[in-house]
Amino acid sequence: MNSKSFYIEKFVDFEKQLNGDSKTFFHNLRKESIKKLNEVDFPTTKNEEWKFTDVTPIIERNFIPSNLSTKIEISKNEIDNYIFSGFDFHLLVFVNGNFVEGLSKINELPKNVFVGNLKTFQKEKENLFKDNINKFLVNETAFNLLNTSFAVDGFAIYVPKNVVIEKPIQVLFINGSEKENILVSPRNLLIAEENSQVSVISNYRGIKEEKYFSNIVSEIFIDKNAVVDYYKVQNENDNSFHIEKIQAYQKEKSVFNQFNITFGGEIVRNDINTKLDGENIEAHLYGLYMINGNQHVDNHTFVDHAKPNCMSNELYKGILDEKSHGVFNGKIIVRQDAQKTNAYQQNKTILLSKGATIDTKPQLEIFADDVKCSHGATVGHLDEVSEFYIRSRGVPQELAKSMLIRAFANDVIETIKIAELKEQINHLIFQHLHKIEI
Amino acid sequence: MLVIKNLKANVEGKEILKGINLEINAGEIHAIMGPNGSGKSTLANVLTGNENYEVTEGEVLFEGKNLLEMDPETRAREGMFLAFQYPIEIPGVSNATFLKTALNEIRKYKGQEEVTPKEFLSLIKEKANLLGMDEAMISRYVNVGFSGGEKKRNEILQMLMLEPKFVLLDETDSGLDIDALKIVANGVNIYKNPDTAFLVVTHYQRLLNYIVPDFVHVLYKGRIIKSGTKELALELEEKGYDWLIKEEEMENV
Repeated sequence: MNSKSFYIEKFVDFEKQLNGDSKTFFHNLRKESIKKLNEVDFPTTKNEEWKFTDVTPIIERNFIPSNLSTKIEISKNEIDNYIFSGFDFHLLVFVNGNFVEGLSKINELPKNVFVGNLKTFQKEKENLFKDNINKFLVNETAFNLLNTSFAVDGFAIYVPKNVVIEKPIQVLFINGSEKENILVSPRNLLIAEENSQVSVISNYRGIKEEKYFSNIVSEIFIDKNAVVDYYKVQNENDNSFHIEKIQAYQKEKSVFNQFNITFGGEIVRNDINTKLDGENIEAHLYGLYMINGNQHVDNHTFVDHAKPNCMSNELYKGILDEKSHGVFNGKIIVRQDAQKTNAYQQNKTILLSKGATIDTKPQLEIFADDVKCSHGATVGHLDEVSEFYIRSRGVPQELAKSMLIRAFANDVIETIKIAELKEQINHLIFQHLHKIEI
Repeated sequence: MLVIKNLKANVEGKEILKGINLEINAGEIHAIMGPNGSGKSTLANVLTGNENYEVTEGEVLFEGKNLLEMDPETRAREGMFLAFQYPIEIPGVSNATFLKTALNEIRKYKGQEEVTPKEFLSLIKEKANLLGMDEAMISRYVNVGFSGGEKKRNEILQMLMLEPKFVLLDETDSGLDIDALKIVANGVNIYKNPDTAFLVVTHYQRLLNYIVPDFVHVLYKGRIIKSGTKELALELEEKGYDWLIKEEEMENV
């Protein structure tokens, strides 16, 4: 049975176990999505947007939707191994897409703020849920439809007008099962109203050996003058599949800082879209991925400049070892109305071995005449002269290489605003690449 | 301390060093001068083990050991130090981390205990002060945002920290104003002692006003064509290299 028919068939079982939830607005969305999924196909490499990423290994398997799979238990002690620590944060924990309240910890928050799970949010803030869910997605793919069809939960964060949430919100997603190949479908929603501020860290961790598929959609609405920092640190199992669409929608004078840090996954695809629909908006997209073995990571960014006087800045860096394959596609549209746009994009890659490859493509479509846009891509190796310099001080070759890797990643790492997070990401870089830590 | 016998080396298949013979003893300062392209930098790189330079003939003994068989880090641990003409920048790695790593690698090699962070910090502060360096440089990333002079001074700081037996200064004076030059030379003069030796590679004589050599050698087309004392450097400053080159060519006829 092909995977599409499998999922459509599984939807029937899935519906049955939803009980009361099957009469909700959310469930109507699910039903519409599964219907649409029936009509579209999963992308192939013939599709320009998926030219370098062959998803056959994902769609030739039938992953059991996590709500139909055996539940797994995670202890509080285990959690400590996965969370980023050393700083104050609110914690939300999801295991295979389901909220675990007992492991989560929400500290005191200003009035009317919602930090929790989507399932509760749809009941408590029904209108906000209806007004924002599935509203801004562009280029909806079969994977996005699959997410909407099976999504049950994910984080929901609502920051009302003029509220600043001081501590970052860390959302830990623990994925995988030792018994089955499962499909995990987190659905995340962040709404930052006028003049508000919030910082969120999505921390994806794989824990069990069996192959699984994380298929995620995150929607972020940033109103006038609001500032959102959104960190995604993806550390899934190296044999897992991970596809996420992050869709942001920004209003005037808002700031969106997105940090996309990838370690894990056999096939990974990130679509990071932001629409700048107002004047004087800023969007910063930073990316860093360190991969090895046969890992394949595809980062597609799409910055849509719809209004004048905005700026966007993108910096993506890849460190590729062994036989890994990287893809970067940076699309920027500057619409006719978007005069005085400043849009910058840079993609830099180092290949640590002969077997590693990168496909990089800027895609600028500019319809306004008074704009400043630039893009650049470089691909190289660790610099031998630099390596010689370090070794000539008595430092062994492997450590010299580590220092140069750190040096390469530095300008992305430096953008991380939480010092302890920066340190822990630094540690993960060397751990994941099997290099000596500096 | 260092004995070079009939050393020949290629860069990208082209022979640059065509038979160098040189002996340097502890306590001595030697200068190698010569016009551009004479092979000065090649000699420095070959001695410190840059793998882009291929030794085709000859041998180099460093305290009786075969230097050419050692990788660059082993040479450093045995006590060799090259102050680079163009020191590199390492963003993300602080001067302190870098030097502590290097120092401890060298100490481990010698069978000594590693320095504690506290010992290290007081040591590096002491040396930085000797060179009139701002202590803030200790926590800054290696050479990132440093001026040309600061980079060269940082090389000398590394030398003072790692305490090598043999120091090679590769065009250390290039791009430096007189004040920076004096600071660098001062660092060398503070460090010089009867157990250390220096080889100063330079295009110009002016550095040798501050680091006074015991011997001066002129390198031309990959060979030492004349050796003498510090007066030779002054003579070169006055008359240039042409008279020597002519003499050399006459002899070859």
